[in-house]
Amino acid sequence: MKKQVESILEEIKDLNKNLVFKKKYKTLKIMEVCGTHTMAIAKHGIRQLIPASIDLISGPGCPVCVTPIREIDKIIEIIKKYDATVFTFGDMMRVPGTNSSLLAEKARGKKIKICYSPTDALDFAESNPDKKIIFLAIGFETTIPLTAVIVKRAFEKKLNNFFVYSTHKTLPQALNALLSDSCINIGGFLMPGHVSAITGSSMYEGIPQKYGIACVISGFEPENILLSIHAILRQITGNDFRVEIMYKSVVRPEGNPVAFSLIFDVFEPADSEWRGLGLILGSGLELKKKFEGFDAKKIFPVANPVSCEPPGCRCGDVIKGIIKPFDCKKFGKSCTPENPVGACMVSSEGTCAAYFKYMAGI
Amino acid sequence: MKDNKNNSILLSHGDGGVKTGRLISEIIGPALKNNILDRLEDSAIIPCRGAKAAFTTDSFVVSPLFFPGGDIGKLCVCGTINDLVTSGCRPAALSLSFIIEEGLDINVFKKVLESIKNTLEEAGEGIKIVTGDTKVVEKGNADKLFINTSGIGFIEDGPGISPSNIKEGDNIIINGNIADHGICILNCRQEFGFKADIKSDCAPLNSLVKDIKDAAGSGLHALRDATRGGLARVLIELSGSSKMNFDIYQDKIPIQRQTRGICEFLGMDPLYIANEGKMVVFAEEKNSIRILDAMKKNRYGKHSAIIGRVKGIKDKNRNASVTLITELGTKRVLDLHYSEQLPRIC
Repeated sequence: MKKQVESILEEIKDLNKNLVFKKKYKTLKIMEVCGTHTMAIAKHGIRQLIPASIDLISGPGCPVCVTPIREIDKIIEIIKKYDATVFTFGDMMRVPGTNSSLLAEKARGKKIKICYSPTDALDFAESNPDKKIIFLAIGFETTIPLTAVIVKRAFEKKLNNFFVYSTHKTLPQALNALLSDSCINIGGFLMPGHVSAITGSSMYEGIPQKYGIACVISGFEPENILLSIHAILRQITGNDFRVEIMYKSVVRPEGNPVAFSLIFDVFEPADSEWRGLGLILGSGLELKKKFEGFDAKKIFPVANPVSCEPPGCRCGDVIKGIIKPFDCKKFGKSCTPENPVGACMVSSEGTCAAYFKYMAGI
Repeated sequence: MKDNKNNSILLSHGDGGVKTGRLISEIIGPALKNNILDRLEDSAIIPCRGAKAAFTTDSFVVSPLFFPGGDIGKLCVCGTINDLVTSGCRPAALSLSFIIEEGLDINVFKKVLESIKNTLEEAGEGIKIVTGDTKVVEKGNADKLFINTSGIGFIEDGPGISPSNIKEGDNIIINGNIADHGICILNCRQEFGFKADIKSDCAPLNSLVKDIKDAAGSGLHALRDATRGGLARVLIELSGSSKMNFDIYQDKIPIQRQTRGICEFLGMDPLYIANEGKMVVFAEEKNSIRILDAMKKNRYGKHSAIIGRVKGIKDKNRNASVTLITELGTKRVLDLHYSEQLPRIC
């Protein structure tokens, strides 16, 4: 093991021992709210290294997982009703809707394409003017500027066959909603590295003081994650709760003002439903009036589908960090990555997928 | 199949993961059951007038047809030779069957044939194409060119090479960098626009296997080429069939920096990405260094490394498993339920 990792671990153990001795906590719950953190923690086996009294739990950090089943059902309805080609990221393909999934619809011959960048969808629309193209946009602040760019480009090029179905969500509102829930008892947040690179740390100001919670923006290498856990323990030790950046090579307090302002050139806040968390005011984004001609929800109206979560699926509780994937009766039995029941098992950044892939059998 | 509500074949049935396994064990196996097929090895061993022959078949649908380090012609020859040599046989002859889409440029077809010829020369040992077939289908009913090859070889006297011979204490060796083929194909489809110079590892490994056998004597226990499903799939399958636990050391697995970087960027696990020129070797510890030296001297084994060790099973109630020991010293169990779905990479 690297010397640096060993010395951070020693310090974490000392700080934790002291805090437990002083009865600051019996078990400290630290929540990460970024799918890439979830995967990195599981992949490197960070939980095997730190004291058992520090419990790393996963929150609503995976955009695919927090997209409610109703949105999946709606986009499937659109594909069935209108002759349109849908572009989306690979992980969305297998998320189960109430009766079908995008993957199943593709196997039935519907036009659904996986893309790796939103510009693929725009390019396809430009070179196929006779076809209607819908980009199923998903993600937090990290990916929203990319969608904003292509909407602006489509506007400038006066494309009339390109549309965006936005399931975009913004994270700070969700963190506030989560902390207001009395069932949830979190002592520290590992704040997302990529999202914070766009939003900056000021977006979270107020959270540490209001809720008495340590907030540290972390990178993704194991050393950086351990340093961030160490910083959380230091904040608790000193009763000094604030937003601390431990990913200084990428995150600045002011974020990326250019990318951030792009978001609000094109979108405006709207209420949004989150799987597990329900409706959160102002946590979604819809296209501004100027761009409503690109809004797939307006151009391709469908009736509200009767959506229901798969019986017994506890993705909602996993997303809130109330239970661990192992606590779900379906986990690893009827719900596996190749035959997922819930979104958390589908997504490559889902909590259940991370636990299944990296922690089963240990 | 119980997991398929739609009763249709999905792309994931072809990714080398759990669904592929189920398609074989639940649909194909029961329909065609017999004592040779049921062994599910890369080559079937069939008795042949006192001697033993190894027989295999494979289809190639890679897109694009040409990629850095290879093409569909080179791939079909290498894939079939490599499947044959895992049984320890000397490859003798191959068949070649083309399914061609109407409209294919005849020069493209000629280029593929030229590559097949060159690859046979590269493999040497007098391996020949001895029979073939050509079909042409209407435009749109296939994509440019698909190839099926079968191969036959003869097993010489000597110690048997089979997963069932894997023993506690064996070292696990691989002949170089993993995941280059899958990432090369992804990269040259230009879906991501990476400026990376990654070549497919596509290679005929008969000379490497010959060098391994010569160096190992009776110490060579099993061989398997790590193609679709990557190194992880081979290890998991062989752990299951030999009923042995394997420990694999992550920091010992050879991988190019560029390939690792792209995998990290895309969130893919290089252990599950396809190779087309990688042989996993199980050999007695005392012969391992000699084998490793022989492999490093072969042109297809310069980056060979010992990557793990076979452990016995202490708890008979648990299934055999493959444990990856990470660079931090933590552990994770490799699972077949996971796969990277990359259609048409071979």
